[in-house]
Order: sequence, then C-alpha cells, then structure tokens
Amino acid sequence: MSKLFKQTAYLIADIDSFLDNISKAGLLFGLALREYLEGENERFHARIDEIAELESDSDVLRREIRHKLYSKMLIPESRGDVLNVLENIDNVIDTTKKVVFQIDIERPSISEDLKKDFQELVMTSQNALDFTVKAARAFFRDSEIINDYVHKVYFYEHEADKIEELIKRKVFSSEELTTLAERMHIRDFATYVASLSDESQAVCERVSVAAVKRSL
Amino acid sequence: MGSLLLFLSGGLFLGWSLGANDAANVFGTAVATRMVRFTLAAAISSIAVITGAVYAGAGAAGTLGRLGAITALPGAFTVTIAAALSVFFMTRLSLPVSTSQAVVGGILGWNIYAGRAVDYSVLIDILMSWVLSPVIAAVIGFILFYFIRFILKHLTIHMMQRDLYTRVALIISGAFGAYSLGANNIGNVMGVFVPISPFPDITIFTGLEFSGAQMLFLLGGIAISVGIFTYSKRVMETVGSEIFKLSPITAFVVVLSSGIVLFLFASEGLHDWLVNSGLPALPLVPISSSQAVVGSVVGIGFARGMQNIRYKLLIKIGAGWATTPAVAGALCFLLLFFMENLFLLNVQ
Repeated sequence: MSKLFKQTAYLIADIDSFLDNISKAGLLFGLALREYLEGENERFHARIDEIAELESDSDVLRREIRHKLYSKMLIPESRGDVLNVLENIDNVIDTTKKVVFQIDIERPSISEDLKKDFQELVMTSQNALDFTVKAARAFFRDSEIINDYVHKVYFYEHEADKIEELIKRKVFSSEELTTLAERMHIRDFATYVASLSDESQAVCERVSVAAVKRSL
Repeated sequence: MGSLLLFLSGGLFLGWSLGANDAANVFGTAVATRMVRFTLAAAISSIAVITGAVYAGAGAAGTLGRLGAITALPGAFTVTIAAALSVFFMTRLSLPVSTSQAVVGGILGWNIYAGRAVDYSVLIDILMSWVLSPVIAAVIGFILFYFIRFILKHLTIHMMQRDLYTRVALIISGAFGAYSLGANNIGNVMGVFVPISPFPDITIFTGLEFSGAQMLFLLGGIAISVGIFTYSKRVMETVGSEIFKLSPITAFVVVLSSGIVLFLFASEGLHDWLVNSGLPALPLVPISSSQAVVGSVVGIGFARGMQNIRYKLLIKIGAGWATTPAVAGALCFLLLFFMENLFLLNVQ
C-alpha cells in the first residue's frame, strides 16, 4: 500500500510539472510575440528555443503520466477522461510552438497601426490559455471551481474572435497593404494567434465534461 | 461421514451460491471498475466471511432455529435443497429472490409437514426485518451519501489522492461488508443444521473453544469462500458494470450502508447492549444482502434528487417477500413427503 501512496505522489508531481510547462509556454508565447512585434529578433529566437524545449519536456511527461496511469491501474474509472484532457492540453503547447515557428519562417510584416491590435490579440489568447491551465488544475484538485475558470476561457476566446475579425477587416480595407498575398499573409498570422484561444476552449469543453462525469 | 457430508451438501451448496452471488454485492463495483483486483477482493471477502460466520454467526442463525428446530439431518437437508432449488428456479424465471426468504419458507414448510407450531413472534420479527432492512439501508445510504458529498465539497484533495483513499475505503468497507455478510447470512447456509449439529464442541490450545455450531459455520464459511473464488468474478462484473453503474465513491456508500444493515441484524453484542440500555433493538435475522444493496442505492437516489429510481424493481422485491417463502415452503413440503415415503428417511 505504501508503494501505491508513493506512486500516487509521483504521478501528482508529474501532472503538476506538466501543467506548469503549459502555463510557462503561455507566458513565453506572449513574450515572444511582443518581442517579434517590437523587432527584437534575438530575444524572439531565444523564446522559440525555450518553447520548443518545454514542448518536448511536456511530451515526455504526458507519456510518463499515461504509462503510470495504465501500468499502476490508477483512477481506472476516469483515466480515459484524464488522458483525454491532458492530450488536449498538450495540443495547446503544440499550437504555441507551431505559431512561433510559423512566424519565424514566414516573418510577416506587421504595420504600426495593426501592432496594437495584434498585441491585444496575443494578450487575450494568452489569458485564455492561462485560465485553461487553472481550469485543468481545478479539475484535478477542486472541481467545484472549474466553472469559475471555464467561463473566463469562453469569454477570452470570444474576445479573441472579435479581435481576429477586426484585424482581418482592417487588413482587407487597408491601403498600405496592396497585394492580396500580403493581406492573406497578415490574415493567416491573426488566425494562428487566435487559434491558441480556440485550442484553450476545446480543452475547457473536455475538462467540463470530464468533471461532470466524475461528480457524485 | 459420507452420509453426513451428503446431508450437509444442501447447506454447502447454499453457501457456494451465497459466495458466488452475494459476495458480488460487497466487492462487485470495486472489481468491475478495476479499483480492487479480483484476487485481493476474493481473499479479503473469504477471510472476512469466515471470520464473521464463525465469530458472530450464532445470533441470526439462532433465530432460524427458533422458527423451526429441525430434529433430523434429512429434514434439514431437504429444507436447504428446497431453498436452493427455489432460488435456482426463481432466478431462472428472472423473479427477485433471496436465499434468506427461501430458507425461511423451507423451515415453515418443514414446520407444517412435521405438524410443529410456528412461533409467530419469531415469524413476525423475521417478516419485519425483511421490510425494515432495505428501508434502514436506504436511510443509512441517504445520510452517508449526503455526508460524504458534503465532506468532498469542502475538502480539496487531488483527484489521484481521492482515488487512493477511495480504494482504501472500498477495501475496508468491503472487508466489513463481507464480515457482516458472513455473520448475518451463515444462518441461511448452516442455521437449520445447528439444532442437530453432528460436531462436538472442541478446545484448541488452551482456552480457544469451538462449539459444534461454530464448526458448522466454519464449514459453511469455507463453502462461501469456494463460491467466491470459483464463480463470483463473473457476477461481480455484472453487478458492477451492468446493473448499478455506480462511481467508486457511491459504491463505497452502498457497500458500507448495506454492511452496516447486515451487521445491525447480526450483532449479538450490539443487540444485547441496546436491550440492556433500554433501547429498541433489531431482531437478529438473516436478511437479503441484495435487498440491502437496492435499499442503499435507492437512498442515494433520493439524496441525488430521486433520479433513475426504478419503482417497478421495488414493487417486484416487495412481491418476492411473499412469493419466495411460499414457493420454497410448498417445494419443501413436497420434497419432505418424497424423502419420507420414497427414500424412507426420517425427516422429523
């Protein structure tokens, strides 16, 4: 029995580390994009490396958690839901990595009048991710307060959609951007950044369902 | 020795059937949800059932003895066979049936055949227990569920720790439930043999005394264990995953509340303490563990706002209180007639 107590303690530590990584990736994502918009390329690249490392660590942790859940027969009745939640959260960190890599490759040129909107979009998406991690932590520790976080994620996702739409409208009515290619490029950049809040919302939906299934 | 075993075989078969079916009420959900491994559940149930039967089985078994003190081994054999066959056929016909009620029906059948007067005060105690046991289980289930839900709402425990504590709670409550099952239901298995116990009282080492009745209970307990190990796994899977679909925490409430009810109707110590304190005590009567489980599930259903309560099932259980003893009694009467007139055995 003491072995089971130890295994449980290790698993809790793994889950906490995994969620810490996601949270940290969200913070780095915000910093990276702000630095890109301000033209601080060196620091932007350092952030990319940090995000990539966190993403790789998270994959290892997620595999470790899955292995422990199945091999040690822990939470048998809801391990499927737990893994589903963790895998969806992992998609969020994958998205952060994908977006910063995409920006690094494509180097979209953001005009001064769009910078403020993009910074707002980054902040909103980052908030959605931050509350998603809080909802996931609540799922594991205190499911009574999950909704306090989930509704905030929905709020920020909706806000992100609005900002994304605003940016797209500005892009396609801009006189500065003359070619369709330029317009589509900036539009895609907005879509990438906003996809972080979409992924966050998807995680929250899973968390909510899993929490209802576990409720007494 | 051969004829002794043959006559005891009816009780041993009832014991096997009890182990195969009723042990599933105790560890079914825990095993089906993979919270507890079957081998661990079977080992704990077996030890606890035997301990309960040998240490605390006398109370409920004594009540059956007072209902009808069967005076011949072939008569006791016939009662157990009639009860076993009634349970078998009624189960095949998908009718709700309880071994406790079938055994009482068999004893009443023997009383009528042998022309013995029925002690109606004992009979009323027994009938009252059948009705009371699921009701008490529902009340306990309701209170426990409310209490645990309240605690869990106000206590922040990590899901993994909660899972671990639930696992420990399921094992402890399962052991208690199995102990109570042994103490309460051994009367069904071996109760009718107690007045004519073929075993003498023995003393092992110094001071450790075993009465003839306890030896019978040990034998019955072993039969229950065999039932648990050989056949209960399948029943556990069915009980745990198909009929009730309880979460591990609700399963804990069900096991604990039905265990408490079985204990209340089996514990001589508690009964004596209540009587000596001038408080009303419950009669010591073998009750149906399945009906106690249904009672506690209903109690939880009420606590959750009366969702998914199958009233038809409750009506069927109520009908079983009358049909099971009637079927077993009639069958016992018929079998006693054949045993006496065809096989020329002394049944009374």
